[in-house]
Amino acid sequence: MSCSRRTLLKNTVKGAIVASLPISAFRLLSPAELKAAIGDEKVRWGFVVDTTKCVGCGFCVKACKKENEIPYDAPITRTWVERYVVTRDEKVHADSPMGARDGFTSARIDEETMESGGEHTAEIEPAEIAKAFFVPKLCNQCEKPACVQVCPVGATYQTADGVVLIDRTWCIGCGYCVMACPYGVRFFHPKYKVADKCNFCYHRISKGLKTACVQACPFGARQIGNLRDPDDPVTQTIMNERVSVLKDEYGTKPQVFYLGLDYTVK
Amino acid sequence: MKNHVLRPLWVAIAFVALILLARYVMVPRDFGVQGDSFTFNFHRAGNVDEWKNMPAVAYLGGETCVECHDEQGAALEDSPHVIIQCENCHGPGRDHPETENPATMTIDRSRGLCLRCHADLGYENSSRADLPGINPEEHNIDTQCVQCHNPHTAEFKEDA
Repeated sequence: MSCSRRTLLKNTVKGAIVASLPISAFRLLSPAELKAAIGDEKVRWGFVVDTTKCVGCGFCVKACKKENEIPYDAPITRTWVERYVVTRDEKVHADSPMGARDGFTSARIDEETMESGGEHTAEIEPAEIAKAFFVPKLCNQCEKPACVQVCPVGATYQTADGVVLIDRTWCIGCGYCVMACPYGVRFFHPKYKVADKCNFCYHRISKGLKTACVQACPFGARQIGNLRDPDDPVTQTIMNERVSVLKDEYGTKPQVFYLGLDYTVK
Repeated sequence: MKNHVLRPLWVAIAFVALILLARYVMVPRDFGVQGDSFTFNFHRAGNVDEWKNMPAVAYLGGETCVECHDEQGAALEDSPHVIIQCENCHGPGRDHPETENPATMTIDRSRGLCLRCHADLGYENSSRADLPGINPEEHNIDTQCVQCHNPHTAEFKEDA
């Protein structure tokens, strides 16, 4: 069999094209698979925290712990409230005793709870305070969750409606996700021996209820809504007001938006 | 080919087949990429529905409470405390009253509960300062707030 230079080159090009085709190019997608791939979801959960309304009562933390059956006296919590006190000499004092489960009932700052490295407790004269405020924190349900990316076993994932969940039967408890979260929202659940974190009360929002923290907040500092619905109050706030997110520089695209966030908040 | 060359090959093939069989048996059928991203959507599909039903809803909301406790609901109507959920002080209402045990509702009457909002911290630019506040170290120490103040109407008790 003879082979001319022309046929050799032709066949080489043909062969290269065929070899570069992935097998998946020949796969027929079912309509459900296609829908999932395009992301045609009617719901994308988002959250707005208005820090100007928060008074640090901590009812959200109490409700969260009881609703989600997080051991009440263990120093772990799915949501917490931080207190920031900035003095006139520009020092930042911050604390969150027991995640503010019992609120802030004393002006004494327990800095040990925030690893700020300052004195353990600080008594600040009211005249020294330049500004003081409270910042509720919870899982940001990031669009690009760093915690999910590092999971070696596929135990944590993002649902189609944007909530990051943890499969308790699948988690091996390696702790990579706890380290990867830039916001420190993940912890070990001492009862189930797996990673745990806020999931926007997935059992409540999928039944049409508000999350436990949103319901418990007397001042409307927390709101949850559907970002795919342009008429939703939460979507309206994010679109029309000056909102910011925590640690934008990490590129995780948080879906918890803050009103009135100060630059001292970490 | 000679037998002593082929024998380890069969062992290797059997080993790989065993791993594949174990994988087939142990990995649930619904485990895989559920959306468009291997990075973010690689999981067991059934777990989403598990979370939708877990745990049972504990906080029922004030609208549920006043269906029976209409008297307390009326007392709250003109009160500044109407913004506070019943269950913030009375505890989560799950299983109440089906268990026929009203005692499962433990009311928190402690000073600490009221001080969550009404301890004066002196933060003048925070909305905490908009609430009436007391110094807990001076204001009627060792007395429960509810002895003088009605927690529902937020007014002084007439018989106190």
